[in-house]
Formats: sequence, C-alpha cells, structure tokens
Amino acid sequence: MPTAPAPTTLPRKSMTNGEMLLLVVFALLALLSITVMAKAHTSAYAFHAFLFAAASIASVFAIGNRYMDRPAELPPQTIDGLPNYNMGPVKVSTLLAVFWGIAGFLVGVIIALQLAFPVFNFDLPWISFGRLRPLHTSAVIFAFGGNVLIATSFYVVQRTCRARLAGDLAPWFVILGYNFFIVIAGTGYLLGITQGKEYAEPEWYSDLFLTVVWVTYFLVFLLTILKRKEPHIYVANWFYLAFIVTIAVLHLGNNATVPVSLFSPHSYIVWSGVQDAMVQWWYGHNAVGFFLTAGFLALMYYFIPKRAERPVYSYRLSIVHFWALIFLYIWAGPHHLHYTALPDWAQTLGMTFSIMLWMPSWGGMINGLMTLSGAWDKLRTDPVIRMMVVSVAFYGMATFEGPMMSVKAVNSLSHYTEWGIGHVHSGALGWVAYISFGAIYCLVPWLWHKKEMYSVKAINWHFWISTLGIVLYICAMWVAGILQGLMWRAYTALGFLEYSFIESVEAMHPLYVIRALGGILFLVGALIMAWNVVMTIRKAEPVAAAETPAGLTLAPAE
Amino acid sequence: MSDLYMTLASFAQTWGLLLFFFGFLGVIAYAYWPSKKKKKEFEDAAQIPLKED
Repeated sequence: MPTAPAPTTLPRKSMTNGEMLLLVVFALLALLSITVMAKAHTSAYAFHAFLFAAASIASVFAIGNRYMDRPAELPPQTIDGLPNYNMGPVKVSTLLAVFWGIAGFLVGVIIALQLAFPVFNFDLPWISFGRLRPLHTSAVIFAFGGNVLIATSFYVVQRTCRARLAGDLAPWFVILGYNFFIVIAGTGYLLGITQGKEYAEPEWYSDLFLTVVWVTYFLVFLLTILKRKEPHIYVANWFYLAFIVTIAVLHLGNNATVPVSLFSPHSYIVWSGVQDAMVQWWYGHNAVGFFLTAGFLALMYYFIPKRAERPVYSYRLSIVHFWALIFLYIWAGPHHLHYTALPDWAQTLGMTFSIMLWMPSWGGMINGLMTLSGAWDKLRTDPVIRMMVVSVAFYGMATFEGPMMSVKAVNSLSHYTEWGIGHVHSGALGWVAYISFGAIYCLVPWLWHKKEMYSVKAINWHFWISTLGIVLYICAMWVAGILQGLMWRAYTALGFLEYSFIESVEAMHPLYVIRALGGILFLVGALIMAWNVVMTIRKAEPVAAAETPAGLTLAPAE
Repeated sequence: MSDLYMTLASFAQTWGLLLFFFGFLGVIAYAYWPSKKKKKEFEDAAQIPLKED
C-alpha cells in the first residue's frame, strides 16, 4: 500500500533575501517612476519613466511567479560531485547578442547610406544621421559586444572555476537589467535625450541604473571566482575582471553629473573645459582598451584553445600580456586630443604610451596565433577557427595602426578624417565582431547540446561574405581619410587653401557608396549567422547522451 | 587646490613611477622565474579550458 510522504518532512519554502529585497526595490522603483512620469519636464523623459515603471512592475510579477513555481530548495551547487552550471542566463544573453548585432549592423548600413545619399535622412529628426549614429555605435559596442561579453564571461567563469554561477536572481538581473539599459539608451537617442559625450551618451538616470547593474555583474563574477574548485584563476578570468572593474571606474568618472531636477532628463557634468575633454577621452579610449580589447582578449584566451583543442601557446606570456596591457592602456587617452587646449606634455604622454602599447598588443596577438602551431590545418577545415584567427590578425593590424595614428605628425593628417572610421572598423568588424562570431559559433552548440552548428557551409559563407565586406569597408575609408586629410591641407602657390570644404565632401561620395556596400555585405553575413543559430537550436543533431558533459545535462529548469 | 595638485603630481612622478616600474618587474619575475615547479603550475593552468566535466 503506497503511503503519502509525511508533510513534516517537506522543507519549508520561503523567500530568499534576494527575492524579498528585489520585490521591495522594484515596487518602490515602480512608484517612483510613476511619480516622475506624471511630473516629467519633457514627454521623452515621461516615456522613459513609463518604461521604468512598466519594467519594474513586470519584474515584481516575474519574481513573484518564479517564487511560486520554483521548488523550495534552490538549485544545488553540485550534482554527483560535478558542478551544476547555471547556463540559462548565458543562453538568453547569447541570443540577445545575435539580435542586437543585427540591429546595430542594420543601423550602420542606414547611416552609411545617409552619408552617401542624404535623402535617406527623410527630413525627420528622429532618424537623422546625428541621432542614428550614436544608436549605431551603442548598439554594436554595448548591446552586441556587451551581451557577448556578459554571456561568455558567465560561461567561461563557470567552466574554468568549475563552480556554479554565484547568486540566484542576480545573474538574471545583470542580463535583463543591462538589456533594459540598452533600450533606454537607444530610445533616448532617437527622442533626442543625450549628454553629448561620445560612447557615453546616456543621461544621468540611465547611468545610475547601469551602475547598479554593473556592480551586481562585478559581484556575481567575483563571488563565482571566490568559490572556485580550480586552484588557479585562468587568465581569461583576469581579463574579464579587468574589463568589469575598469569599466565601472570609467563609467563613474565620466558620468559625474548633477541632474537639473529629478523630473528632468538633463544634467551637467562637474568637470569643466579641457578637464572634461580629458576625462571624456580617458573614458573613451579605455572603453576601447578594456571593453573592446581586454574583454575580447578573454574570449581569445578561452575559445581559441578550446576550439583548437590545445593549450594557449605560452601561459607565461599571457600573464605578462595581461599586466603590460593594464599598465599601459589607461594612459593612452590624450592621443584623442592632439593639437587641442590639452597641455602639450599630456598629449606627448598619450602618444608615448600608445606607442608602447604596441608591444603587449603584439605579444598577445602572437600568443593567440601561435596557439594554432602544429594545428594550422584546422584553418582549412574549420571555418570557426578561421574566423577567430583572422580576428586575431585584425587585432594585430588595428593595434599597429592605432599607435601609428597616435603619433602627432600622423595624427595631423588622420584626425577628423575617415581614416579614424576605417581604423575603428578594422578593429570593430575584424577583431571584435569576428572573435564574437567565433565564440557564438562555439557557444550555441555547447549550450544547446548539439554536435555542431546546423550548417558548417553557412559559416563558410558568413566568413567569406563578411570578409569581403570588411575589406571593401576599410579600404574605402583609408582612401577617403587620406584623400580628405590631403585636400584639407593643400595650399595654392599664393598660400590660399586649394579646396573648399564642400569639395572634399563631394570627393567622398564614391567611397561612401563602397563603404555602404561593404556594410551591407557584413550585415548579410550576420543574417546568415542568425539563421544558422536558430536552425541549430531547432534542428541540429543533438550530442549523444553518453558524450554529454554531465554538468550540462543536469542543469535544472532548462 | 594647487598645493594638492603639486603633492599628487610629485608623488605620481616619483614614488608612483617607481611603484609601477618595480611592480611590473615583479610581474615579469613571477611569470618567467626559472623553476621546475612554476613551469609545471603554469602548464597545468593552461590546461584548464581543455578539461571536461
């Protein structure tokens, strides 16, 4: 006769401190947002307050429902002695990265077409070049790149520490909160809310919200490292940690603003004049150095060895690479302010440190590339490896070009021209996007327990189409930049400027068209990837049960 | 204000510089100190991503 289990043996279900805290915080945030919405000075700000209120209320319901549905016990840290990895947040963030990548590349294509054919501005303020340009930069850097970094960092820190991600709600708060910040920032640009600082356009309230998200991100990452089973902290985690900590410091320093009022989206920065410019480019350059470089180097140090199935070429070099990069990058910012009101010594300092940066950059590149030594045949057979190796090659190229452009004499030709755009995109498309694509092509089959991507052929198509796109893009911009620079400094025999500004604009037209074409090809490549990701999740052949890493199959609620 | 600036600047230009310089030498020594034990440790560390569980 079956006996019902005695009710007393069931563990009593109660809310965790985190659940209670977040419920209260979101309820209060909802009330505050509704108040702000009612008294907002501008309708755009009222709209943002509405989004905050809606998201807070949705969060209250989501946390409540999750609590009702979950078992009394939180998921265990280990199952049968193996770490019980928490891959749910990683999956969501990976898919969001693909989504934002496409959105960001699409906006890039639109603004490239606007430059070639101004009629595409349609005389509408919301989609004019000036508002879409920050939407493009933020979408590709912070939305696409940021989600790649958060997803891979949560994956890598768990796998290399052999520990479950710290926190229960915290990882979800990081991912959903970060993406909510992106929605606020992006819609703000279109509606005309900006503090006008490049790569730091979001206004004070979005900045405050991001600070909370970022500190949570830092704690989740750090606490996961602290409970690691592996004695050594793998080098990729060092790069991730440097990225998280430095971005927090930069964000706080460059957004030290005083809001006009709680009910106004506007604020004023506490720094003034050239100090503000210096803080802005200390921020701006280190966003490149720690977001787009250190963070993605972490991807290089995990995904290339993993995919090539051999350890990194020199672990010792990776340690020196890390510290040299950290020591030098932070000083390079003034090279964005050559020939300005910034004191000469600061400009020279920025230039000198930029040139010195060449060494760790190439040390790192060599370390990444040489990991393939003895396995170069994989370049021919595995398009994912090929993508990642090309990305490291672009990293080497961009980090050679950057120091060269920071030399004052070169900068006098290159600054304010399309050369800068060419340089940025050889780094952004070639290095950041390619290493991200490579990581996504690795992660998707691992996360959804598939043998391989649905179509390896499609990865090949993605690789070649987007490589052609990059080549068209950067060559067009190099020619355009040098042409512009030379036209602007050309003098007649009598000492007059030879060209009016508009003549240099006119000369850009064919190159802008080629650039737009390059961008379209890059977007097409990304669309192929998105299709491939969806098909992999839906249809690809699953890993046979015996081969499945135990920790992954046992992950609950998936 | 200018006193504070001078104090910070002179610290950065002397002790700060030395701290960073010798700190970096320390990093190089840590990474490249010739020792069988260290070599083994780093080789083990490099294998971390390749371990499956």
